[in-house]
Amino acid sequence: MRNIFNYIDRPSPIHRLTGATKLVCLLLWSFAAMSTYDTRLLVFLTLLSFVLFYVSKIRVRDVSFLLSFMAVFMVLNNVLIFVFAPQHGVTLYGTSHPIFSLGGNYVVTKEQLFYHLNLVLKYFATIPIVLLFVCTTNPSEFAASLNRIGVKYTIAYSVSLALRYIPDIQKEYHEISQAQQARGIEMSRKQNLIKRLKSASAILIPLILSSMDRIEVISNAMELRGFGKEKKRTWYMERPFAPADFVAMALCALFLAASIALNIANGGRFWNPFVS
Amino acid sequence: MKRTPVKTIVAIGIGAALFFVLGRFVAIPSPVPNTSICIQYGLLGFMAVLFGPLAGVLIALIGHFLIDLSWGGGIWWSWVIASGVFGLLMGLVSKKIKLADGEFGGKGAAVFNVSQVVAHIICWAVVAPVLDIVMYAEPANKVFLQGLVGGLSNIVTTAIIGTLLCVAYAAAKPKKGSLKEEKEEK
Amino acid sequence: MDEPIIAFHDFGFQYNAQAEPTLHHIDLEIRKGEKVLIVGPSGCGKSTLAHCMNGLIPFSYRGESTGSVTVRGKETKALNLFEISRTVGTVLQDSDGQFIGLTVAEDIAFALENNCVRDPELHARVDKAAQAVGIESHLRHAPGELSGGQKQRVALAGVMVDDVDLLLFDEPLANLDPATGKSAMELIDEIHTRTGAAIVIIEHRLEDVLHRDVDRIVLMCAGRILADLPPDALLSSDLLRDNGIREPLYLTALRYAGVTVTPEMLPHSIRTVRLTEKEKGMVQSWFHSMPPHAVEETRPLLLDAQHVTFSYANGHRALEDVSVYVRKGELIAIVGTNGAGKSTFSKVVCGFEKEQEGRIEFTGCDWGTLSLKERADHVGYVMQNPNQMLSKPMIFDEVALGLRTRGVAEEEIKTRVEDTLRVCGLWPFRKWPVSALSYGQKKRVTIASILVLEPEMIILDEPTAGQDYRHYTEIMEFLRKLNRDGITVVMITHDMHLMLEYAERSVVFSDGHVIANDTSAGVLTDPDVIARANLKETSLYDLALACGIAEPREFVQRFIDHEREVARA
Repeated sequence: MRNIFNYIDRPSPIHRLTGATKLVCLLLWSFAAMSTYDTRLLVFLTLLSFVLFYVSKIRVRDVSFLLSFMAVFMVLNNVLIFVFAPQHGVTLYGTSHPIFSLGGNYVVTKEQLFYHLNLVLKYFATIPIVLLFVCTTNPSEFAASLNRIGVKYTIAYSVSLALRYIPDIQKEYHEISQAQQARGIEMSRKQNLIKRLKSASAILIPLILSSMDRIEVISNAMELRGFGKEKKRTWYMERPFAPADFVAMALCALFLAASIALNIANGGRFWNPFVS
Repeated sequence: MKRTPVKTIVAIGIGAALFFVLGRFVAIPSPVPNTSICIQYGLLGFMAVLFGPLAGVLIALIGHFLIDLSWGGGIWWSWVIASGVFGLLMGLVSKKIKLADGEFGGKGAAVFNVSQVVAHIICWAVVAPVLDIVMYAEPANKVFLQGLVGGLSNIVTTAIIGTLLCVAYAAAKPKKGSLKEEKEEK
Repeated sequence: MDEPIIAFHDFGFQYNAQAEPTLHHIDLEIRKGEKVLIVGPSGCGKSTLAHCMNGLIPFSYRGESTGSVTVRGKETKALNLFEISRTVGTVLQDSDGQFIGLTVAEDIAFALENNCVRDPELHARVDKAAQAVGIESHLRHAPGELSGGQKQRVALAGVMVDDVDLLLFDEPLANLDPATGKSAMELIDEIHTRTGAAIVIIEHRLEDVLHRDVDRIVLMCAGRILADLPPDALLSSDLLRDNGIREPLYLTALRYAGVTVTPEMLPHSIRTVRLTEKEKGMVQSWFHSMPPHAVEETRPLLLDAQHVTFSYANGHRALEDVSVYVRKGELIAIVGTNGAGKSTFSKVVCGFEKEQEGRIEFTGCDWGTLSLKERADHVGYVMQNPNQMLSKPMIFDEVALGLRTRGVAEEEIKTRVEDTLRVCGLWPFRKWPVSALSYGQKKRVTIASILVLEPEMIILDEPTAGQDYRHYTEIMEFLRKLNRDGITVVMITHDMHLMLEYAERSVVFSDGHVIANDTSAGVLTDPDVIARANLKETSLYDLALACGIAEPREFVQRFIDHEREVARA
């Protein structure tokens, strides 16, 4: 049950980085990949993310379910964009090189395909890094990491509480839903939406009201053990930074800087090969 | 400096866990194939009104972030932020509805629903699509339509589930000075 | 000699939400190294008293107080919650609520982290506390991977890590099976001896707590302290019985036999009780005067599960070649430890899970093809916690829910719901909101909401968990009445009293197998089954042996039969 986030404990250099480092790297990396549409940087990040994925000793089969889910999501998003804005690439790049027409406004252009290529590259540059974070970071380190990068420890602890109680709540939801189904509660397509939502509430109301009672018990338990007494707190799972941590964070900062620099050099977020 | 009560911290944690479980595992099939209804916004509206803006915004941010993370794909920041804004706006309504004291009559339901409609429109018809365009350079008509569809379905779920939750909570809450013996304090 | 750790002087308290005070004129002192048990029926104020000791009152729950309560000589009002928690460590009843960390080690470290203790001291102290409670080999386990008893050990380590002067246990036995409860009391005793900390235990299961000695028992009723006596003195008085606390079973048996219980007899434990030859003779002649247990005629089969095997998706094999039958009109118990398969079995019967092998017949028909909802028309399932089933604000609507989802006409719903409410004694409350009911009444509402579907059989998961003797009796007598009206009742439980007193037959699960199927008296006098299913021998068995009765099993059986007669009268 602990593995909703798919933490896989294997000895690798990536695992050895502290949780805080990985969190900082995840944020820097994903902002770097988000901010630019410069194909060169995206290709570089994609290749590097594949290498890191290999180094982490996480295997594709460990995450195959998530990968297939993301693949479907990526394809759907691309199709939707094409359906709604077949000329989006032309607008962005300012030129039009038609390849063939599907009728009406649906003319496939080099610009549109290039835009889609960049979109796909963004997925490729980000997904392995998110998976790396998910698979190599011990959930127990998560709250300490947030606190280390400046989030107040009380707030950081609420993240830890969420991770702690997700399995319990999931189990409780399952049990309540079975008991209510026996009484005839259904959420299938046979009923209209409003009825379905009302049925859902027959499960959600007991679940959520009993969770409200739980909030009281937990906050008592925490206060009785001194939570919130001091301005800061220590963390059992926190580890000191090693040189590798600083190197990793510096590199990711560099990528974000490069991404921003390229945006300035390109005079916008798009690297445009069509004008030269 | 005002200290955040421990109860609010716990409410954020439990709220985010509930948000996650509902958003990740509870799929109510919607009329549109391949999509499902996000019932977690009914929960979010309820908890934000009960525990205030800080809880609202953080339940949404943490819960939504964890959902995206658990799918292993990219974190769709624009929508995470939009969820947060919804939690924040509904949290501000807590000043108008004294749900924590067990009050939620017809007037409460009206305030709750007008607020949630306005808040959802702001979040899904403005915040989310604008951020999509700014952050991800996606085509405008696509993201506005997505926002509209998502926003509408969220309005319906919040209207039904959120309102029912508020009613049930208020009904279960003992009113001040009303308990006689027989009832074990908890 | 030294000052008390906690002292109440003419103390009273009233919650803001309550119309009347919960505590009146409390005078109580707890000194260093003492071990005190506080007993009393639900609503007597014992939890409130605990809140006053650990500082939740006045710092978390608001209310008016009178008189004084001091911790180490200082008024609690003048301290704060954190200072009090350095002196008084609390182990809450809800071990899941108290388990805050993601793993055992983090949870034990919690209080130290909040005090900004750094490594290497942090790790060292966690290790030491974990060893003290014997959980050191599970440091990296998540709460979901632990049993109830293990979670309680973690909770204990989590407060011991702070070297407190007083350990306060709020209903430590509530969620434990009998054998685990026994070892919990042994652990508490061991820690008491080793650390010298004062111990306060709040519990209504008197006999189980007295498995290890205590110095004093404080009896509370209606917000007052009625008695504060050494165990032997209290047990030889009528105070317990008069105030809804169940006395140890062996004492009840002695009374039936006409033996007068005196403090000199050392009645606080079955191992210490001293009986004269004359008194033993009285027990023997009582035994011989009771009619032998009558074997009831065999009734037709209702449910017949044959060779059922079931594994969860994660590969865990929860049931292995399980065969269980239930006869029409029976009232039986399914017992076993957590994870033994008893809950899984009931889920398979109700159709929540689908067996991989085996066959389930109901009134002779194969049940394999029936859906969950169709099975629910014959077998109803009642969850342990009524709050997990109640989804409507009004009682009528809650009970009507199952009929409405089945599309029954509104007029018929009205008559059927009202009939059911009458059967369940809820008729006077039919227009009440559910929230106005007590726990026991809520339980009845959930049972009513199942009965309204007119099932032949109901399965109840731990019907009396966490209930005091009065509510326990109320719920069980209600079930017995339903049973006499023709409903077959199956209870999943690890409460031995419930088995003994109410179940004609017990089916014992262990590790996914059925290891016994016998009368409850038979099960609870079989050492092998007791050991494998984490049960505990009933003290009646020991009493029978002590009195030289050659058929201890029959002694237990006749005692139960007699109890039922007494209850009926």
